Amino acid sequence: MSSDTATSTGRAPTVFVPSSEALATVLAPGARPPRPSPLSASLTFSWRALLKIKHVPEQLFDVTAFPIIMVLMFTYLFGGALADSPRDYLQFFLPGIMVTSVVMITMYTGVGLNTDIEKGVFDRFRTLPVWRPAALVGMIVGDVLRYVLAALVILTVGLVLGFRPDGGVVGVLAGIGLLVVFSFAFSWVWTFFGLILRSEKSVMGVSMMVLFPLTFLSNVFVDPSTMPGWLQAFVKANPITHLVSSVRAAMAGTTDASAMMWIALWSAAFILVFGPLTMHRYNRR
Amino acid sequence: MSRRTTGLAIEAEGLTRSFGETRALAGIDLQVPAGAVYGLLGPNGAGKTTAVRVLATLLRPDGGQARVFGHDVVAEADAVRARVSLTGQYASVDEDLTGTENLILLGRLLGLPKSAARQRAEQLLAAFGLTEAAGRQVKKYSGGMRRRIDIAASILNTPDLLFLDEPTTGLDPRSRNQVWEIVRAVVAHGTTVLLTTQYLDEADKLASRIAVVDHGRVIAEGTPGELKSSVGSGTVHLRLRNADQRPEAERVLQATLSVPVQLEADPVAITARVGGDGSELDASAQAARALGELSRAGIVVDDFSLGQPSLDEVFLALTDHPAVPATDERDDELEAAR
Repeated sequence: MSSDTATSTGRAPTVFVPSSEALATVLAPGARPPRPSPLSASLTFSWRALLKIKHVPEQLFDVTAFPIIMVLMFTYLFGGALADSPRDYLQFFLPGIMVTSVVMITMYTGVGLNTDIEKGVFDRFRTLPVWRPAALVGMIVGDVLRYVLAALVILTVGLVLGFRPDGGVVGVLAGIGLLVVFSFAFSWVWTFFGLILRSEKSVMGVSMMVLFPLTFLSNVFVDPSTMPGWLQAFVKANPITHLVSSVRAAMAGTTDASAMMWIALWSAAFILVFGPLTMHRYNRR
Repeated sequence: MSRRTTGLAIEAEGLTRSFGETRALAGIDLQVPAGAVYGLLGPNGAGKTTAVRVLATLLRPDGGQARVFGHDVVAEADAVRARVSLTGQYASVDEDLTGTENLILLGRLLGLPKSAARQRAEQLLAAFGLTEAAGRQVKKYSGGMRRRIDIAASILNTPDLLFLDEPTTGLDPRSRNQVWEIVRAVVAHGTTVLLTTQYLDEADKLASRIAVVDHGRVIAEGTPGELKSSVGSGTVHLRLRNADQRPEAERVLQATLSVPVQLEADPVAITARVGGDGSELDASAQAARALGELSRAGIVVDDFSLGQPSLDEVFLALTDHPAVPATDERDDELEAAR
């Protein structure tokens, strides 16, 4: 800003002087509006999540670049060894890596919540007379959009590399839908950890410790029938295995009813256990 | 037109709260009359922030009870939340969002329809001199602008009780004055303000009553005048031209003021407290007399100032220990909560 523009326009430097008239206008109490419904409050909080993506687009790196790297890396690393060609492997592998990537990024829900609390914004939210879970529900709804975005990125890369699902558009969308529903439920695990752990780093640490075994010790990369018995037992109980089976089936145009049932049970369990635990911590602090 | 409330805005009895080993509140009693600024004065770690967080329903007390406009802060937290607002020491708006977005967000959460929320946001930004910064992310604001958007966010629904936790800490003098003006306007419109501060002069300028807090207890309570007269209303600082004359100056001051005189590390500096209990003259008259006596004795004074007692001096007088900043309470809380 040059000094001559200031003189030519005659503009005074912008020093704020509180004016009592202006303050009087904003301080005149109007009628208090009725408190918003739980849905409206949650949607407002998810609007906040969208605004954050708009202002800090770098945060989408996790849901775009990371999944692309995962698909490329494993397709070409394992493709030749595990199937006749990377392209053949991709038909089996793509739903699995989609599940892995999306489930991995659910941990950022916990990291984000932890950062928010550290900064102090949640103090304001917690003094508002709104439905208590709204701030967290809204946050997770915002994250769900990131999950959808990650799934679509992976699908696009897969299609480019030669993934040709038999289930067509409907099957693929059904698969992504299952994945997103499960991830929404699973995110409540991380809101809980985001509230009880000390720092962003420890949330990351705990998340990785849980997510690595959960995603790798499953049917994502290989058929479990080649594994030793004890490991097969774990893999069969692993919710990620059920999720991958049902997404794979949906994308192939079939239905894996028992896997679907397990996914419904696991999702309900995550919400029913970690939802109240999270809210208990949230209110108790 | 204002929703003026009479009686007590806050009543607290024996509030206690510990974080692990740290006893942040050791039985706080408060009676805050509605419609005025009430100051909680104390050093870092005295328990001010914890008290505010308990009263604003952010933290449960371990013991004791508190009511805000008659509503229990634990059992009727929602009724309390409907009438209070908090501007904490830390970010109380989202730094990633713009000023406008923050205010619209809060307006929507308070139940305003979209267009009304936008209108209210614009109105507040204008009144707080933030129209030009409206579209900028809050993290790019200066300290003074940050404070203003924090307070604007807190009065979105014109609360009946506003908590301001150290609103001017870290601000330059001009921004501090702006905050003071805003606080005065807020109170003039019927909102009760509970203000925490480390600065006696701030409490003095704004508050009609002050509670001095130390180690989680209220150790003194009263109007600013009452508190100061209990300590002595001022301190005289002198700098002499010649260090050789200091012993004599000390003698003259002691004789005139009949109070202990302090020799500073600087060989030409001398400090004395004036205007304490029992003296027939006020501080300035005493100081003027002391200055006259010094010049009669032929002592050359280069620099003379009469100041109010610092928080340190109030503390020294009330507790016999200086106001040593302890650890940050919110850190204690974050630590203990996990």
